Amino acid sequence: MRLKSTAVAVFAAAAMFAATAHAQDKPSEIKIAITTFLSGPASVFGVPGKAAAEMIAEDLNKKGGIGGVPVKLSFIDEGAGGEALVSNYRRVVQDEKVDATFASISSGSCNQLVPVAEDLKVMNLMWDCGAASILEAKKYRYNFRTQANATPEMLAVLVYLLKTKPNFKTIAVVNQDYAWGRESWEIFSTALKAMKPDVQVVAELFPKFGAPDYSTEVSRLLALRPDVVFTTSWGGDLDTLVRQSGQRGLLQQSTFVLAIGESSIQRLGKELPEGLIVGARGDHWFLHPEKKDDAAFKAFNQAFKTRTGAWPIYPVYHMAQAFSALSGAYDKAIKANGGKWPTREQVIDAAAGLEFATGFGRPVTLRPEDNQGLEAQLVGVTKAAPGYDFNVLDNMMIFDAKTITTPAGTKSVEWLKTLKPDFINMNVPTFKH
Amino acid sequence: MPSRLQPMTVAAVIGFAAAAVAPLFVPSWTTLVALILAKAIVVLGIIVLLQAGQVSFGHAMFFAVGAYAAAFWGKYLGIGDLALYLLLGSVLATLSGLVVGLFVVRYREIFFGMLNLAFSMVLWSLLEKMFHYTNGADGIRVARPTVVGMTFSPDAFQFVILYVSLTLAVVAFALVQRYLDSPLGHMLRAIKSNETRLEYLGTSARRVLLAGYVLSAFLGGIGGVLVAVIQGIATPEFGFWTKSGEFVFIAILGGVGHALGAFAGAAVFEIVRFFAAAKLANAWQLILGVVLIVIILFAPNGLIGLVTRSSRAKGDN
Amino acid sequence: MNSTLAILAILDGISYAALVFLVSVGLSLIFGVLRVVNVAHGSLYAYGAYLAATLSIAVAPISPWLTYPALLIASVVIGVTCGGFIERFLLRPVYGREEVLQLLITFAVFMIMDNLQRLIWGVQPIFASEPLKLLPNVRVFGVTYTSYQVVLLPLVAIVTLVGLRYFLRYTLSGAVIMAVTEDREAATAIGIDAQRVYLLTFIIGATLAALGGALALPTTSLVPGMGTDMIVLSFAVAATAGLGQIEGTAVTALMIGLARAFVIYIHPEFEVLVPYLLMVLVLLVRPLGLFGTSKARKI
Repeated sequence: MRLKSTAVAVFAAAAMFAATAHAQDKPSEIKIAITTFLSGPASVFGVPGKAAAEMIAEDLNKKGGIGGVPVKLSFIDEGAGGEALVSNYRRVVQDEKVDATFASISSGSCNQLVPVAEDLKVMNLMWDCGAASILEAKKYRYNFRTQANATPEMLAVLVYLLKTKPNFKTIAVVNQDYAWGRESWEIFSTALKAMKPDVQVVAELFPKFGAPDYSTEVSRLLALRPDVVFTTSWGGDLDTLVRQSGQRGLLQQSTFVLAIGESSIQRLGKELPEGLIVGARGDHWFLHPEKKDDAAFKAFNQAFKTRTGAWPIYPVYHMAQAFSALSGAYDKAIKANGGKWPTREQVIDAAAGLEFATGFGRPVTLRPEDNQGLEAQLVGVTKAAPGYDFNVLDNMMIFDAKTITTPAGTKSVEWLKTLKPDFINMNVPTFKH
Repeated sequence: MPSRLQPMTVAAVIGFAAAAVAPLFVPSWTTLVALILAKAIVVLGIIVLLQAGQVSFGHAMFFAVGAYAAAFWGKYLGIGDLALYLLLGSVLATLSGLVVGLFVVRYREIFFGMLNLAFSMVLWSLLEKMFHYTNGADGIRVARPTVVGMTFSPDAFQFVILYVSLTLAVVAFALVQRYLDSPLGHMLRAIKSNETRLEYLGTSARRVLLAGYVLSAFLGGIGGVLVAVIQGIATPEFGFWTKSGEFVFIAILGGVGHALGAFAGAAVFEIVRFFAAAKLANAWQLILGVVLIVIILFAPNGLIGLVTRSSRAKGDN
Repeated sequence: MNSTLAILAILDGISYAALVFLVSVGLSLIFGVLRVVNVAHGSLYAYGAYLAATLSIAVAPISPWLTYPALLIASVVIGVTCGGFIERFLLRPVYGREEVLQLLITFAVFMIMDNLQRLIWGVQPIFASEPLKLLPNVRVFGVTYTSYQVVLLPLVAIVTLVGLRYFLRYTLSGAVIMAVTEDREAATAIGIDAQRVYLLTFIIGATLAALGGALALPTTSLVPGMGTDMIVLSFAVAATAGLGQIEGTAVTALMIGLARAFVIYIHPEFEVLVPYLLMVLVLLVRPLGLFGTSKARKI
């Protein structure tokens, strides 16, 4: 009798053990920590990003959350500086035990946090930082970039320029003097030299980040008269550059290419005139030609405008991509686990090679070789349109991700050097406003 | 003289013990405590100069020299050993302290502060603009060094760097306290109260100040190496005037009468900033600013001053 | 660098120098009289700009020309309210204490004002360029300039310079200020209220900083953190000139403005280095600044 009850007990225990070995208890909530700029100049991206996250999380939780579990967000201000950032990141991962992090906007923050995330073995989605070098330098397991990086972004803008203005002879660059400004120019100029070697770079100006005044740079460009002026500036710096150039006629004299100008279009209003080439760091535009009649897309944009007073800009869509990727990874992991709640490692495994779609643009794929996202790129030219007090994008080209993203395992600059002038002959659909 | 345990020494022992033990219970505090200790070492240097009544508004330059020493080693020579980083950082900082010091010790008060500010801003602009050497505004990543030849896992390394910082902090603390109690330290205070009389005694005030200045530069360099390794990065902001202001802020906050003030001030400053950045992301500067004003108006000897005042009131001294 | 580019650089340098002078002279004046280094000066500059923006945006629909008085009013409001508050309630309690404490109070004020600025005006870049657009453009050697930048700003700077000089040398209030600067004890002994003088001087200095910000508004975008760079730049100018030297600040601002403009044309990478390098070189040779005068050492 004793033996039988012991055997039953052992058997039951073994069965329970076997069951738990395959399943986690479904948590009460999925905790996500998001780093974003709530202070400093980059808060023009960070604050809309936070609003987007809150809105998306609310919607998600109304529908039951991810795998039936609601999400809970916490935010860390990138603007408080590197020390507070790293300390807080460790705190949320180690003390509050968040399930995933979205970090960050600034490539500088990503440079600091990506190794930490890898050390702490927590899933990190690089939701907005653009420096290609981070994922090219090392293979990470826990870090994924749910958007493109500077290489396809710059390449798309360059191909657009070469397709629409094939005969320009001189170009000048005015970029903010920090990693983004420097790297984005390196990418653009390397590709330019490979595809159109006869172009002359007449000036390379790197005003200090946050410079309040570009008067002297504008004077110099007015004197040099380049055909094209290229800039990857953003925020207040871009606003000042565009407005000062406009006030003194430089915008009319040279063709301006604002590689990531989509985020400034609404704010600048009519101060951003027609005829400027504008990029969007992805296929992001609140009047996306392939999606503008889609009900869900329109509803999202309208809800965002009602909530914040402005139409969404690309950081908003980048945030949506991060959420979409997270949900996709969990859903895929749950399915692979036979419907039971997956372990963290299973979610990481599911994320490799994941394809996800926010419905606000083309789907994005996470390349399994290096966890780099393959994201389509949209570039257009500004044009007036009735019903808007700012100039909208017209003649939009949407570039397919695979053609313009550095192949896995290669360094961007090396790959760009191998491009030939016939690269621009790619077939790209053009859309009118 | 009967050996009585000074309240300050007791407080110091308790404080350092807490720093050693607390992170064992709350691992995510390791980085925070290590940062507090590293920064406090730099602030010790400020306190030394404040004894002479001189405020350096450019002390961030020695901090930056230390940090970039570690960063450049990693960038150009490959991953090194922490001991070597510290050696290089402190040597470079001491040398630059000597060179700059030879110029600045001729000045007093606002001119001393201004000239130091000028030097540090020159360094900052070089770090920011010489993109090809320094990687500009984004700074240089500092990979985890080996420690005395041993490599540690990421988790273990956090603790290792904490205890290294703690050891160096205790040594620096003891060193500075001894220095301040020594004849050189007294002469420093004489510069503040009446420099001419000091010279009448036959001592060169400039030499005294220079000695203090070089010591503070040395401490700045050590702190810079530690912070660069803890954070894994060295950026030009390490040499910006706001960083110098931060160090002075911490010194006044903690109290300049005793070396422990550096630690008290650094602890309060970093803890407030850490929690405010997480909970009150919109108001951490506001809070710190108000705290500083309150301290200056009502507790001008800083937090340490509050403690010693109350213990004196109780008739301990 | 041919003569055409040189002329262009000179024009750029002058317009930059005009703004820098306005901010620096206020700082210099405050130090000269109160012996306080006002770290919050940059925040006063920023607040002047932000309030001018708020007022401009409000009045522009009525008539764009109203934006000019709006700029002036914004400066005075900030100067009087913020300047007055800081001096009366935050600095006055610490007069007579160590200089570093006074400086740190202004540093704390800078932190607080910087934070409040974000809370009040938000983080999005703000701009209001009506004043600039109202004035015509001028062409110099084929390069277009806005007359706002190359005519109006230098004009305002010159008027301010002359006005300050006249005020300090030829009016009674000015004489009183100079007396207190020279010897506070003696001035108080003959019945001058030094407290009021300090308050007045601080307000004047603060108004000048705010004016600099308000005038900068039409040319730039207002973003969080705009005061931080201006603070250290105005230190550099004021210290290089010699703290308390009004005319000297004008000369130094011009020097630094021109040097910076030329450097941008020739070697743009060194732009940020210029003011601080000049500061170091000047202070090493003349520790009191280019135009500073030494005071007898009190034993």
